[in-house]
Amino acid sequence: MSEEEEDYYLELCERPVHFEKANPVNCVFFDEANKQVFAVRSGGATGVVVKGPEDRSPISFRMEDKGEVKCIKFSLGNKILAVQRTAKTVDFLNFLPDCPHLEYTQECKTKNANILGFCWTSSTEIVFITDQGIEFYQVLPEKRSLKLLKSQNINVNWYMYCPESSVILLSTTVLGNVLQPFYFRAGTMSKLSKFEIELPAAPKSTKLSLSERDIAMATIYGQLHVLFLRHHSRTSNSAGAEVVLYHLPREGVCKKTHILKLNRTGKFALNVVDNLVVVHHQDTETSVIFDIKLRGEFDGTITLHHPVLPARSIQPYQIPMAGPASVTSQSPVPCKLYSSSWIVFQPDIIISASQGYLWTLQVKLQPVVNLLLDKGRLMDFLLQRRDCKMVILSVCSQMLSESDRGTLPVIATVFDKLNHEYKKYLEAEQNYTMVVETGQSRSNPLLKRPVRTQAVIDQSDMYTHVLSVFTEKKHYLHELVIKTLVQHNLFYMLHQFLQYHVLSDSKPLACLLLSLESIYPPAHQLSLDMLKRLSTANDEIVEVLLSKHQVLAALRFIRGIGGHDNISARKFLDAAKQTEDNMLFYTIFRFFEQRNQRLRGNPNFTPGEHCDEHVAFFKQVFGDQALMKPTTF
Amino acid sequence: MAAAGAAQEKQFPPALLSFFIYNPRFGPREGEEEKKILFYHPNEVEKNEKIRNVGLCEAIVQFTRTFSPSKPAKSLHTQKNRQFFNEPEENFWMVMVVRNPMIEKHSKDGKPIVEYQEEELLLFNGTFLKAMEDGGVKVLKERLEKFFHRYLQTLHLQSCDLLDIFGGISFFPLDKMTYLKIQSFINKMEESLNIVKYTAFLYNDQLIWSGLEQDDMRILYKYLTTSLFPRHIEPELAGRDSPIRAEMPGNLQHYGRFLTGPLNLNDPEAKCRFPKIFVNTDDTYEELHLIVYKAMSAAVCFMIDASMQPSLDFCRRLDSIVGPQLTVLASDICEQYNINKRISGSEKEPQFKFIYFNHMNLAEKSTIHMRKTPSISLTSVHPDLMKILGDINSDFTRMDEDEEIIVKAMSDYWVVGKKSDQRELYVILNQKNANLIEVNEEVKKLCATQFNNIFFLD
Repeated sequence: MSEEEEDYYLELCERPVHFEKANPVNCVFFDEANKQVFAVRSGGATGVVVKGPEDRSPISFRMEDKGEVKCIKFSLGNKILAVQRTAKTVDFLNFLPDCPHLEYTQECKTKNANILGFCWTSSTEIVFITDQGIEFYQVLPEKRSLKLLKSQNINVNWYMYCPESSVILLSTTVLGNVLQPFYFRAGTMSKLSKFEIELPAAPKSTKLSLSERDIAMATIYGQLHVLFLRHHSRTSNSAGAEVVLYHLPREGVCKKTHILKLNRTGKFALNVVDNLVVVHHQDTETSVIFDIKLRGEFDGTITLHHPVLPARSIQPYQIPMAGPASVTSQSPVPCKLYSSSWIVFQPDIIISASQGYLWTLQVKLQPVVNLLLDKGRLMDFLLQRRDCKMVILSVCSQMLSESDRGTLPVIATVFDKLNHEYKKYLEAEQNYTMVVETGQSRSNPLLKRPVRTQAVIDQSDMYTHVLSVFTEKKHYLHELVIKTLVQHNLFYMLHQFLQYHVLSDSKPLACLLLSLESIYPPAHQLSLDMLKRLSTANDEIVEVLLSKHQVLAALRFIRGIGGHDNISARKFLDAAKQTEDNMLFYTIFRFFEQRNQRLRGNPNFTPGEHCDEHVAFFKQVFGDQALMKPTTF
Repeated sequence: MAAAGAAQEKQFPPALLSFFIYNPRFGPREGEEEKKILFYHPNEVEKNEKIRNVGLCEAIVQFTRTFSPSKPAKSLHTQKNRQFFNEPEENFWMVMVVRNPMIEKHSKDGKPIVEYQEEELLLFNGTFLKAMEDGGVKVLKERLEKFFHRYLQTLHLQSCDLLDIFGGISFFPLDKMTYLKIQSFINKMEESLNIVKYTAFLYNDQLIWSGLEQDDMRILYKYLTTSLFPRHIEPELAGRDSPIRAEMPGNLQHYGRFLTGPLNLNDPEAKCRFPKIFVNTDDTYEELHLIVYKAMSAAVCFMIDASMQPSLDFCRRLDSIVGPQLTVLASDICEQYNINKRISGSEKEPQFKFIYFNHMNLAEKSTIHMRKTPSISLTSVHPDLMKILGDINSDFTRMDEDEEIIVKAMSDYWVVGKKSDQRELYVILNQKNANLIEVNEEVKKLCATQFNNIFFLD
């Protein structure tokens, strides 16, 4: 049972929007722009309830019943309500605190035209789509009137609106397969280049051949696409329906870019979730997903894709029994999935009007791990998903575990991919910083700070979630590598890694190496070299040399870097005395006498230097006359 | 400071007079002396003379032992020649007799060479005792005969120099990313071939990775670079379309081929015999097959347990897995190396002629040697200067302290030797009118540019 549950990679959101189901006295409308459901009872006279997925408190109001409501939508920000009740007019009602609350009406400008519908493109701008063209208005709520901004005459079969990108698509010509997009932004309307959808076969009659049911618009990987559900492939040898993707750029021509092979026929519905195209199939009550970024069969212009995963049903869903609060303890009822009363909206909305629910569709990543066996492809897939980090890390962890270990080439591929993504982010970040610092950002307003998505996995993520299981204590990555090598007596391997700078230089690492000297003598030289390269560890170098009784070497080193005027004479004399080499002591002593002479004009040590003991020792061994005489001029 | 005399006579370079191995325990009684001799070169020498020479050596060793019981004589220098004694295992003696050049010539070089001989012998044959266990004196003699017959041919005393004394390893300079790519390649290969015990990776005859311990790698490196690789140079230089090339296993997908083992994988009769080597002889004593496989300039050594006999199928599998990947890797390395060279600007001829050696990791670097070929070492400096380097080195070996020696040669050259901890650096400067201070400055400059990333005392 749980095994099977693991398999579902699509699910309905946990907290759907619940509304009063459609019935003869309650009409239900959905507005794609605000994602709101309108339940209109008795034409509004007994109440209108508006609910959205985000706002938990519904908006309720009453309005006069002036006839059957055909379409009802709030402007952005719920400022103005527009209601269409006739084929020629749209009524408006202000919801702004300081504006008059009386309804006002706008009739479409074109003579003999019928309004097919309307779309809000901002809080005060609205587009009427009629069968003879489009009309773009500015609503003036204080004056309770509308001002025509622009209009365009064109025969329209049906229209479609994508609020995300503010693009309206019109179906024109007799067959309906020539699509004309318009783009709206801040009081302007621009016509994008029109394009033709290739129909499966040459139509026999001259009647409308492209239905709006087979067209969808959605933003996939930041680019607007028109999706066409083609029920029969143009090439006779491949049966089954397919989804054809047209890339619709803001400028330039619309191009056919991808074909998604469905390999089945029947009734389909489309959603776009997390940049994946989801195709629901009603006959089998299953869905498949496509990722256009995954490698497909490329013929030079179009890429052919197959489903990423085997078809699966959406995860079974239990409806919490609706009813009076006293009976909520009643057991939940399983929800009928893929019901014929389902209506699907872009990008990820599923509505069951008969049951009164609005869900968003979600992708579950964990089950994908077991369904997509090619780990490289799995990583390509996961890296493009929104909430991928923990799943990716769990895949890495699983791949490295004893029982389920992947082969090295597979592990290498996976890590390369993670690294590639990380590098891409670092470079973008670096590039951004550079542009900002050099002041070029003003001339480039499009420049944005790169977003750190979940796919950017750094060393500490990898360490904390994947590699730390291999060690009981907390280390950093390099330390882990070293300790592991030391534990397995692989000193020469460690040595070679250091030789090629695989492990980055650092003071802690150098100290760690020093501590290894007793079990691996070459670590001493490796450590000193590293300290030297750091160039901020000169004191440490002197300490290391003194501890090895290499007093002369320490002195030569500090003189070489010009630090010999600031060192403690006592420290060096102590070390020299410990060697029990009198000549060495003499040399060091004389060096400091000369330093005293040079700095203070007198070879004697000052009391602050605490060298009395050494002066006495010098006299005892070499005699008073060996002390350097102050130079007199 | 010492001055070196220019060579006046060159007609008598040092040469190997004889080389023999004996064990005094094998023929302790009179009349059985011949049994002591395990190997004698040249073999044509009359039996009595062999016995006489062995006897003489035995006597010298015995005689000197009375003065120094723990350290018997290592070498004996006479007017005409010099003899080196080495006891690699108890009672097994190796003796090398080298003719002195006519002029007084320093030949400290001899000592390490006998030791390398022994090491290389060890690598390919294991210990004397092990051979005795395997099959008694007869087997031992056969093995010695086989080994030294070939080995002595590769010994070129007249061209031995400082690098031979160090017996170092030249490491291929590489950036971290490419190095890790090689690591990844090796790990993948070890996993997919699953019987590989150790792997070593070389590029351009320079070491990049060794799975063997340093001491074993040193010997293997010497064998590869002075013996195995030079024997295979010709077919490579011949180019792809030449007749020699055509006889190579015809594979269009990659450039990989076996340097040891089967020559032609398409020949069903092809012999899959690989040389055996012996490593970790001090403790675990492992016997391994040495598979050397090369694509372009990249060579990879796979060492597998000797108890496994690699089949032709295995070789084909290895070829199909390793060949394509090694070919790609080799061109990656080449490309990256050229990029790095361009960045660091080291394309230009180095201004300094120097030899560097680090006893700690055996790393050596020379801008004096153009190319170390098996038969002749092409150096860009006069042999007399090379001899001074040898002299400085022998001074260094006697001293424990760090020190610096500066020599003005007769030919206006300055020779500087520096020793810092485990590292030695020898520099040859051609500055006619330079004084001691200027020479010192020059060397400092060299250290600052070439060795700025290591701890090297001025």
